[in-house]
Amino acid sequence: MDWMTLSPEEWTAVRLSLKVAFVATLVSLPFGIAIAMLLARGRFWGHALLNGLVLLPLILPPVVTGYLLLILFGRRGPIGGFLADTFGIVFSFRWTGAALACGVMGFPLLVRAIRLSAEAVDARLEEAAGTLGANRAWVFLTVTLPLMVPGIIAGMILCFAKAMGEFGATITFVSNIPGETQTLPSAIYTFTQVPGGDAGALRLTLVSVAISMLALLASELMARRANRRLDVE
Amino acid sequence: MMLAIDIKHSLGDFRLDARFQTGGGLIALFGRSGSGKTSIINIIAGLIRPEQGHVTVGDDILVDTARGVFVPRHRRRIGYVFQEGRLFPHLTVRQNLLYGRWFAPQVEDGDDLERVVDLLGIGPLFERRPGRLSGGEKQRVAIGRALLANPRLLLMDEPLASLDEARKAEILPYIERLRDQTHIPIVYVSHSIAEVARLASTLVLLSEGKVAAVGPTADIMHRLDLFPLTGRAEAGAIVEATVERHDESFALTELRSRAGLWKLPRLEAPIGTRLRLRVRARDVMLAKSAPTDLSALNILPGVVADIGAHDGPIAEVRLDCSGEMLIARLTRYSVERLGLAAGVPIFALVKSVALDRRSLSGPIQSLSSADAEANDA
Repeated sequence: MDWMTLSPEEWTAVRLSLKVAFVATLVSLPFGIAIAMLLARGRFWGHALLNGLVLLPLILPPVVTGYLLLILFGRRGPIGGFLADTFGIVFSFRWTGAALACGVMGFPLLVRAIRLSAEAVDARLEEAAGTLGANRAWVFLTVTLPLMVPGIIAGMILCFAKAMGEFGATITFVSNIPGETQTLPSAIYTFTQVPGGDAGALRLTLVSVAISMLALLASELMARRANRRLDVE
Repeated sequence: MMLAIDIKHSLGDFRLDARFQTGGGLIALFGRSGSGKTSIINIIAGLIRPEQGHVTVGDDILVDTARGVFVPRHRRRIGYVFQEGRLFPHLTVRQNLLYGRWFAPQVEDGDDLERVVDLLGIGPLFERRPGRLSGGEKQRVAIGRALLANPRLLLMDEPLASLDEARKAEILPYIERLRDQTHIPIVYVSHSIAEVARLASTLVLLSEGKVAAVGPTADIMHRLDLFPLTGRAEAGAIVEATVERHDESFALTELRSRAGLWKLPRLEAPIGTRLRLRVRARDVMLAKSAPTDLSALNILPGVVADIGAHDGPIAEVRLDCSGEMLIARLTRYSVERLGLAAGVPIFALVKSVALDRRSLSGPIQSLSSADAEANDA
């Protein structure tokens, strides 16, 4: 086999990683926007607590986060059991669990970037929209949200990159099952554990680098377009 | 009754305690910075909820704290032109203009956009974004955006304050057209007495959060006791005049007023046009007898009506010229020397060149902003 071509197993890991990262980012997004708005604009009891809770995965060892997920979202965990029984959503040892772990790990980065952009939105523009007849929901949809787009894009890219690279929490929570929960980092880790796995590890590393570069370029392009739209003199 | 306000509100150390009622037209809120002008229109717009009081526009009660009424800003249908424009940077000029339309009840005939765009001369800007507009263009678009939301009242918060003299001269005629052509009452916040004199039909004079005086602009501006508030240095009289004749050989225009005939540099206004002429007190000289061999072209007979506060070197003298009020700013020494007192016959002298385009308001269409700029220089 040509050392530059990916084996079917390796392809599976790449595809799975992309799927997990996309789903993690997209599903986190609405929650991320809601929490970011709450933290940026809300004045309520427990503000600091919520902020701490959101940032926690950034500080905790990933293995700890993974273990907490296992306790909470496992088949017999309080949340996992409820979700499995009522909606049939199962996380343990499934790719959905990998997506959950990646989403939780990327969430602080997502929220932080969106929160910064929400805080940068000029509240005077929102007042102006109000005097033109827009109620709160319309003001949010037509003024606040569009002005937050650069921050939202940045947050999504960060979350996606974090999800692509997530290892500790994923492997603790949903293990390392080829074709189901074996993402790129897990696959690379597995290759390094077997004799003669160097070529495979190197190939996947190159793929990893390529995907990261593409994500960075995409974010750069989108940010530039968004800024041109906003047209800062 | 167009607008009735009675509010008490405190912002930090500042206490607002304002009460006034006015009819339609252009109502100027005038006062120094910190007198509460902007707070009042923010309360009218619903951006501030007053601690106590009521706000009524037309027949609708917008705020009545005693009965717990507070109409939210988006249901008030009150247009607001902010000092800094506040155009939406992510939308084009066209989208900015049409923003309020989404929400406004559609009672219009349909050519409204065209009419407003014509009125403000903003057609060529349609596809641009606010970041690519000049200050004057931004303000015109902001005015258009507020108008197209179909407001029953338009608030303008020093819309010219952030502009240079040339841009001010560019916008002022549009605001005059707005006042004369749309019939939407306007509340106009300003700290420039020149703007107020030119635009306002009613003047609400504010001082330290309280209403010091309300009335027709000329009446308030001619009150010597209010000069400390209206500003002594820029004080002056407002004269209603009609274009009588153009003198092409010397490029002069003659205006007829109750006080007599005024000669001033040629205006591009048809004969019969009604104008408002602002004659600043510091441009008026007084003489006991009709002078001859004098360069000043405007010599108007009258009598001294009263003389203002006698402290410091300066005194203001109010003249009654056949029912038209003029104000002269002299030294107290001159008042003494000429023996001026109420009832003394007198002649007011005004150089024609002191009366330029900026002293005038009214439908003077064909003067371009380039001319105005030249006058400013």
